Amino acid sequence: MRLVLVLLLAALAAGCGRPAALDPAGPQAAHVARLWWLLLAVSVVVEAVVVAFAVYAVMRVRRPAPAAPTLAAEPRLERRLSTGVGLAVAVTTLIVLGLLVASILTERALGALQSPAPLTVEITGHQWWWEAEYWDAVPSQRVRTANEIHLPVGEPVLVRLRSADVIHSFWVPALHGKRDLIPGHDSFLWIQADRAGTFGGQCAEFCGYQHAHMRLLVVAESRGAFDGWLARQRQPAPEPGDDRTRHGRDVFLSGPCVLCHTISGTPAAARLGPDLTHLAGRTTLAAGILPNTPGHLAGWILDPQRIKPGVHMPSVGLEGGDLQALLAYLGTLR
Amino acid sequence: MSAGPTLAEVDDGAVRTALERTWARPGGLLGLLGAVNHKTVAGRYLVSAFVFFGLGGVLALLMRLQLAFPETRLLGPDLYDQVFTVHGSTMMFLFAVPVMEAMGLYLVPLMIGTRNVAFPRLNAFGYWTYLIGGLFLWVAFVLNVGPDAGWFSYVPLAGPEQAPGKRIDVWAQMITFTELAALVGAVELVVTTLKLRAPGMSLNRLPLLVWAMLVMAFMVIFAMPAIMVASTMLAMDRLVDTHFFNVAEGGDALLWQHLFWFFGHPEVYIIFVPATGFVSAIVTTFARRPIVGYPAMVLSLVATGFLGFGLWVHHMFVTGLPKLGASFFTAASLLIAIPSGIQIFCWLATLAAGRVLVRAPLLYVLAFVATFVAGGLTGVMLAATPLDAQAHDTFFVVAHLHYVLIGGAVFPLLGAIHYWLPKMTGRMPSERLGRVTVVILFVGFHLTFFPMHQLGLAGMPRRVYTYLPETGWGGLNLLATVGAGLLAVAVLLFVANVAWTVRYGARAGDDPWGADTLEWATPSPPPTYNFTHLPVVESRHPLWTRGTAPPVVTGLRTDVREVLVTDAIDATPDHRHMLDGPTLWPFLTAVAAGAGIIVAIFTPWGVTASALLTLGPLVGWFWPTGEPIRGTTREAA
Repeated sequence: MRLVLVLLLAALAAGCGRPAALDPAGPQAAHVARLWWLLLAVSVVVEAVVVAFAVYAVMRVRRPAPAAPTLAAEPRLERRLSTGVGLAVAVTTLIVLGLLVASILTERALGALQSPAPLTVEITGHQWWWEAEYWDAVPSQRVRTANEIHLPVGEPVLVRLRSADVIHSFWVPALHGKRDLIPGHDSFLWIQADRAGTFGGQCAEFCGYQHAHMRLLVVAESRGAFDGWLARQRQPAPEPGDDRTRHGRDVFLSGPCVLCHTISGTPAAARLGPDLTHLAGRTTLAAGILPNTPGHLAGWILDPQRIKPGVHMPSVGLEGGDLQALLAYLGTLR
Repeated sequence: MSAGPTLAEVDDGAVRTALERTWARPGGLLGLLGAVNHKTVAGRYLVSAFVFFGLGGVLALLMRLQLAFPETRLLGPDLYDQVFTVHGSTMMFLFAVPVMEAMGLYLVPLMIGTRNVAFPRLNAFGYWTYLIGGLFLWVAFVLNVGPDAGWFSYVPLAGPEQAPGKRIDVWAQMITFTELAALVGAVELVVTTLKLRAPGMSLNRLPLLVWAMLVMAFMVIFAMPAIMVASTMLAMDRLVDTHFFNVAEGGDALLWQHLFWFFGHPEVYIIFVPATGFVSAIVTTFARRPIVGYPAMVLSLVATGFLGFGLWVHHMFVTGLPKLGASFFTAASLLIAIPSGIQIFCWLATLAAGRVLVRAPLLYVLAFVATFVAGGLTGVMLAATPLDAQAHDTFFVVAHLHYVLIGGAVFPLLGAIHYWLPKMTGRMPSERLGRVTVVILFVGFHLTFFPMHQLGLAGMPRRVYTYLPETGWGGLNLLATVGAGLLAVAVLLFVANVAWTVRYGARAGDDPWGADTLEWATPSPPPTYNFTHLPVVESRHPLWTRGTAPPVVTGLRTDVREVLVTDAIDATPDHRHMLDGPTLWPFLTAVAAGAGIIVAIFTPWGVTASALLTLGPLVGWFWPTGEPIRGTTREAA
């Protein structure tokens, strides 16, 4: 019981922190947050007035105990009541119209963020991970990664959205509202981060077993840092430097891994699962749910079904030596 | 005949005896499976719907337990998906709509002063299809074949490729079947209300609850076909390889969403509108005066009925629809706040002007006002497309929808059960227990659902079976789970009060609350034939203007099930009409159709089987039973 109480207090303390959607890191989320505070203020006033009046109407001290119902209308009272209701309706209508204008103005403000030649990221939703491809007119310069996208601070970014299987929804609350990824309906979203930082996001449309574990990270960084990151991503995987990592690569290429994953610079070029060319450069595994450490990676490879039941990655049984070699090799993929 | 006692005084005893005999409930198997009395059928609906409410509530508690702490392993994703899907489907299709129709089917004939619904056999058929559909879903769930793609079953997740097996077929067929029952109930309510009203009960004297039921029934008639068409198309995509929703073959995933929400949004008002009827009845009685602005109230109900069909796209604001179209639906969604506002203001004005008698049903109304207004305000937030893009498909929406559905519909419903329990059982519920229940219900509800607003804005999506500890969502989720426990206690107390009432409650008498409408002009519980003599109505509040002995109709036959049919607008007597009595045919028809629809999941031949199987019972049902009696018409269905 005391534990529950402590936890509840902790909950309230945690709940007082500003939630992601109201702690905007970019202009889009900021527009929405402003609209939120307006609506919240109006709502609190309306709710307070209505509840106060209802309690007053029911609880006020009465004239003699009620007995027979009142049927004969007192014209003056009835007129006053009608006027009161009429006024309340008029105020409601004005509020509603005002909010409609506020909503449309916010929508226009959201539409203002554009750029003629923006950085374009194509996001493809898969069960249950995100594929991101940085578009470039030269195909060889395109960069493909998964579950972690990097953006330069202060620049509008065009995010193109498509789905490989079912409906997903792309949502990074600190940057913008969500947008669905619907098979057969390509769509897009303009986002911009105004401060550096790592912002969490998650699939928001129910997409099957691991909907809960389909997270992504957005890393906003300075233009210089971003360009460096992008240049690194364009490099193929490094050649293994020693026997152990070389053995690890052989394990990868001769095992089932190669059926689904790509490591550029090697024959592995399948696209069913995330591109692993720069796996070690990412901070998380399994669509944002595990820290990227060798221990977690080993656990994930050996038994992904325990971590994400229903996930499409099969368990891969490996001897201890093979596993260590594979981990060492994957660790070189920076 | 020379001067002497009036006809009524002389014949009352004899009339009652004759009516008892004519309208008797049969015993045995016929009584069990063949009952057609509206109170019996509605009572079964009510009990079944509340059983489903309890089952759906147990699933809700399971979900709250699973989400109380991060990374809980109580339910795996497979079971959790079934649990939230069956919870939503049960609450929407097996509880909310049926329970509202059941209240209408019980109360409307009594409130408009007639003996039964317009098509008693069809009514029984509706109940059996509902029960079969509901049992089908739950048996499948217990057998681990419960649907798992959400109560909304979005394609392609619910399509043949992504959801092999029979789970979604169970859902689709259950929808088609139970919505058949909803349509039947709606037809009963419309025809009964428009054609069987007591003489003098012109439309402008119709109790607001009956107006609400009428509007709800019309909405059902226009909304349910959309979902029945959609669920049938989904079943066909899955069973006979049509490609309505298959993107690869030129089908469209968004088509499903349009069809679903064209039903799904009106559905919310189908549930809410009857609840406003309960509130109007309770407010009138306990404010001890007529409602302020009756015409405005009626127009608001009708306006809600129309506007409710113009909002469905606000469930699809994040699908990337054109902005101009979206703002039309924003405007419509905001607009519907106005009729709801009018109703709230009229109730409050009535309470302010009345000499209020504070009783438990009125406390439910207060809880309703506080909660529903909050839910309406979050609804206004969700109507604004930019804000919806943040809040959509998060726990913010979970909070919003429970504010409007529990606060807006279940609170008034529980108040209504408390209020009409004396009529239904003949005994008074415990006032003290009723008050305690309201308080616990209110506190438990807000403890459960208020934190969810914050969770949604903090990034917690709906329909997740767990979440990571580092999200920081654990505390508020635990709070919500504690609240859910309290909510469960309140529901148990409510059930305990009903049980106590049936067993120990004080005798209620005809009109324990001093109410104004006709159902209180007959004994509690009402006899099978409702009224010894059908009443004649002279005002909007017949019991307040004429006491419990209103003027009556005489001359109807008592040896057959005869009722008076009146004009749809003015309720002037039109002709006499004979209703049918108990029969097994509706039950057999429902069983045959149900068997066919279940077999159809495994082979398309089920449709053929269904047609052949229902043929026999239908012939039996429609077999002519002799010459119509002179001067009356005979019910055909």
